[in-house]
Amino acid sequence: MRHALNSARAIEAAYRADWARLLSLLARRFDDLDLAEDALADAFASAARAWDAGGVPERPSAWLMRAAIRKAIDRLRRSATANNARRLLVIDAEDGCMDTVDPDTLPDERLALIFTCCHPALAREAQVALTLRLVVGLATPEIARLFLVAEPSMAARLTRAKRKIAAARIPFREPEPAERAERRDGVLAVIYLLFTEGYAGSGATLIRTALAEEAIRLGGLLHMLMPGDGEVAALLALMMLQHARRFARVDEDGALILLKDQDRDLWQDDEIAAARALIATPAPEGSYRLQALIAAAHCTAEGSDWPTIAALYARLDALTGSPVVRLNRAVAVAEAVHPAAGLALLEGLDDRLGDHARLALVRGELFARTGRTGDAIAALRQAATQAANMVERRHIEARIAALRD
Amino acid sequence: MKYALLIYGKESDWANASPDEMTAIFAEHGRLSDALGERNLAGEELDLTTTATTVRTTNGQSIVTDGPFAETVEHLGGFYLIEAADLDEALGFARMLSGTVEVRPVVNHCGTP
Repeated sequence: MRHALNSARAIEAAYRADWARLLSLLARRFDDLDLAEDALADAFASAARAWDAGGVPERPSAWLMRAAIRKAIDRLRRSATANNARRLLVIDAEDGCMDTVDPDTLPDERLALIFTCCHPALAREAQVALTLRLVVGLATPEIARLFLVAEPSMAARLTRAKRKIAAARIPFREPEPAERAERRDGVLAVIYLLFTEGYAGSGATLIRTALAEEAIRLGGLLHMLMPGDGEVAALLALMMLQHARRFARVDEDGALILLKDQDRDLWQDDEIAAARALIATPAPEGSYRLQALIAAAHCTAEGSDWPTIAALYARLDALTGSPVVRLNRAVAVAEAVHPAAGLALLEGLDDRLGDHARLALVRGELFARTGRTGDAIAALRQAATQAANMVERRHIEARIAALRD
Repeated sequence: MKYALLIYGKESDWANASPDEMTAIFAEHGRLSDALGERNLAGEELDLTTTATTVRTTNGQSIVTDGPFAETVEHLGGFYLIEAADLDEALGFARMLSGTVEVRPVVNHCGTP
């Protein structure tokens, strides 16, 4: 019984600590991501049995690595194609030194794994699903649950993506220096998408905290693997700053609380400090760095530092040309200068943002602050019809009711 | 004079074909191949469109996306059959051309990579 408890805990810990590292080493050794994944899953399954009975080995990761290599060789032998026979010849030659295989002495291949999962030849939704499956090690049903899709569709999505990696021969390696910045941006987009999905997914719950936490963990891993990259550090800081406010974002009924009304005692000061440290050193002004600096300027002891935030948004607007950034800039300018100055920045956004609830919401608020109550209510009504989830809609309807009084 | 014969079809038809139907199609290709003899310069079966990658290059800037080329305004204007170690190398060649290039793996019928 004691064995069983210890071994369950050890397996959970090994899963967390070693899954991605072992999977990437196996993918490198066998040059086959699919085989590596199956073999490592087999190894964890046999660990559950072996460690229950015989106790947890001294070095779980080395045990799992050796078990996975044996499982992979078994799988290759069972599906004896000409191609596999050729690979087995190579592998058998290395087989003699199997017992000395030590994952700790091999170079870290996790970056290659991350870059492969986020390869631009894969659709974004496939990149996200693969990253959760292969880098984080979540099981398919968990990923399906987190993305609110049926398990068979998530399984099909993963199978399609892995088939494309194999059939089109997407290489298992880090990108060439010339492509590195662009490919890194792709990885950052996947991680940030996971994070924002965790916060703003459609459906009744506003925060799917588990997704946000996985995204932060991935961001931390990437920062550890690419310590000199300012944008990687900035994305991690950005996510940590937003996540530090998680207990203050919704009230007991699950309704959204605006930043200015949040109880600052509920913010996690240690997380905010750690995030600030990540962006304290000067770095090139990429989009994540600007967003992180903005998030940090919201978290000062005196409240949001609007003049700084407005200036940062002007730079982000110039850098990205994104209509969503322009919308946020308008909010900041309204606070830092005057609501009318904010309204002026919203000109021309309707065509570019289309059915975006937040545009109508911001317009409504700014109209209200300039005393145009009728215009404000009309804009908020439009926002309510466009709201993405129930929590948001209730919040807007409460605001309309308050304006009517 | 050289000509390219470009074969279009529904992937689902091929996926749902009975063994007899497949045999008939292979036989057609066999007869064409025999008829061409040495005048068959190159020909391959392409893998499914789900394995396709599209590269759009304008002014030296490339955008890589998953999936086949699906515009109807632009039409096929030529093709290369190339040898590349992996998709990244193939995409690197594709980026050297302006416009849109779809990169599709060729089905390997020999069992060796």
